[in-house]
Amino acid sequence: MGATAAPPPDDRSTVERPPRTRRRGLPFLLLLPGGLWLLLFFVVPSVQLAATSLYDRSGSLETGYRQAFAFGNYVDAVAEYWPHLLRSAGYAGIATVICLLLGYPLAYAIAQKAGRWRTLLLVCVIAPFFTTFLLRTLAWKSILSDNGPVVALWRALPFVPDDARLLATPVAVVAGLVYNFLPFMVLPLYASLERLDRRMLEASRDLYARPVATFRRVTLPLSMPGVVAGTLLTFIPATGDYINAELLGTPNQYMIGNVIDSAFLVRLDYPQAAALSFLLMATILVMVFSYLRAAGTEEVV
Amino acid sequence: MYRFWRWVADHWVLVIGLIVLAYLFLPIVVVFLLSVNRPASRLSYDLSAQWTLEYWLDPFGSAGIADALRVSIGIALVATLIATVLGTLMAFALARHRFRGRGTANALVFLPMATPEVVLGSSLLALFVMLRVPLGFWTVVIAHVLFCLSFVVVTVKARLAGLDPRLQEAAMDLYATEWQTFRRVTLPLVLPGIAAAALLSLSLSFDDFIITNFNSGTTVTFPMFVWGAAQRGIPREVNVIGSAVFVLAFVLVLVTQLRGRGQARRGTGVS
Repeated sequence: MGATAAPPPDDRSTVERPPRTRRRGLPFLLLLPGGLWLLLFFVVPSVQLAATSLYDRSGSLETGYRQAFAFGNYVDAVAEYWPHLLRSAGYAGIATVICLLLGYPLAYAIAQKAGRWRTLLLVCVIAPFFTTFLLRTLAWKSILSDNGPVVALWRALPFVPDDARLLATPVAVVAGLVYNFLPFMVLPLYASLERLDRRMLEASRDLYARPVATFRRVTLPLSMPGVVAGTLLTFIPATGDYINAELLGTPNQYMIGNVIDSAFLVRLDYPQAAALSFLLMATILVMVFSYLRAAGTEEVV
Repeated sequence: MYRFWRWVADHWVLVIGLIVLAYLFLPIVVVFLLSVNRPASRLSYDLSAQWTLEYWLDPFGSAGIADALRVSIGIALVATLIATVLGTLMAFALARHRFRGRGTANALVFLPMATPEVVLGSSLLALFVMLRVPLGFWTVVIAHVLFCLSFVVVTVKARLAGLDPRLQEAAMDLYATEWQTFRRVTLPLVLPGIAAAALLSLSLSFDDFIITNFNSGTTVTFPMFVWGAAQRGIPREVNVIGSAVFVLAFVLVLVTQLRGRGQARRGTGVS
């Protein structure tokens, strides 16, 4: 929370500042313990994951695996699970767009309109984190239940059949994703909208810009860093999520996370599970970096 | 009535914001309602007509809940302690020093945050299995420190970047040694950032399911207990604990936030 609410580190000021210490070894000493942790438990497992994904699939945990550089594992994985991959990207994409549409007005209202209620509203945005997310996701099961008021309202709409359901449909899964990741969208948006200089908006109005034009040409461009950070923080976890699909959907809504989970923990097909994991990680990294390049900002880190 | 609609028209952004906020709160309300409601059948998620306080009177009445909570709190405390210390050191190095490999170090910190949890969890599992490390309390701690670490670094780094360098220069001008400057000026100023980072990792660790599920073996944390129970009907005591933790954390954070704001207004320094 604090991570996103604070201003991005400003490198220029560090350059101009006089060096605070002349001991050249100090930064490395400070980095060493944390760096080792990341190296041992992030870099090494990632390399190991890549290696595992190329093992001969005919091995097993008991008999051991043979490194066969079996790139065919990837072909098999994609051939078998491309619907799950597409579904993950699709659900996560839709959820991210809805989060942006819902989160922007909320972040704007807190940053610019809330006045002295700002702190309270901000705490309300992070409040969902105070209850276990599994419980909140299960609560959606109650809310969207076939006998509940939401489904009754839904069925009352024209063109919706009287036996329509919301649970166990893509609608429920996407609604769950939106709900779970909305705060990750709101917080960075808030951080950039809070810094928005009101005089800019006044200047725009003084120059006879209509509210829509002010928004499109002043507010939105100035809040772009928040939009970029928010979409990434929403899209990345949403793509890998499998809790919502598992609890609110059916196997027809399963995402790639469900497949990886069962390949690792149920089917014990490590090479294929590793291939899918690695594929997911690589796809996301490529998307993140091309998105950052397109958005023209490097300041998210 | 007219004045109400007039207000809505004038404050429509605020109104939409409040509606979105209501959407965020709806499931929390339902979690609470379920905690005072006797289910019609074991697997039912619908609210029945029977309201009761029995679950609130005996929140640990269902087998396994107390143990799971204890395990979760233990893991969260240990992981937070390690992640906060390691992460704060890294943040100082990255924010205060220029050195070769700084870009690489920054990327190394960012990458775990850009990796989906299912990949982090599964790659660690693959490593533990290949090295034949028995899964349990400590493998979960290792995994939790890993994903908390990056958030601590980013939070503390942001706080450091927002500090006014003149405050430390003033201390040095007044003949404070480097250590005194750090001890008496820098550290007190950074402390709120460190506290925020610790709170963040505490809640991240306590609430984590996906990564834990891969690395826990037979150890059962609170989220894992909920997950397991969901398959055979959730004991409503779980909802009691969920609601209680929510109220506790909400009040705690609100009070500290409001107090912090009061101090900032009285002008004790950098807010």
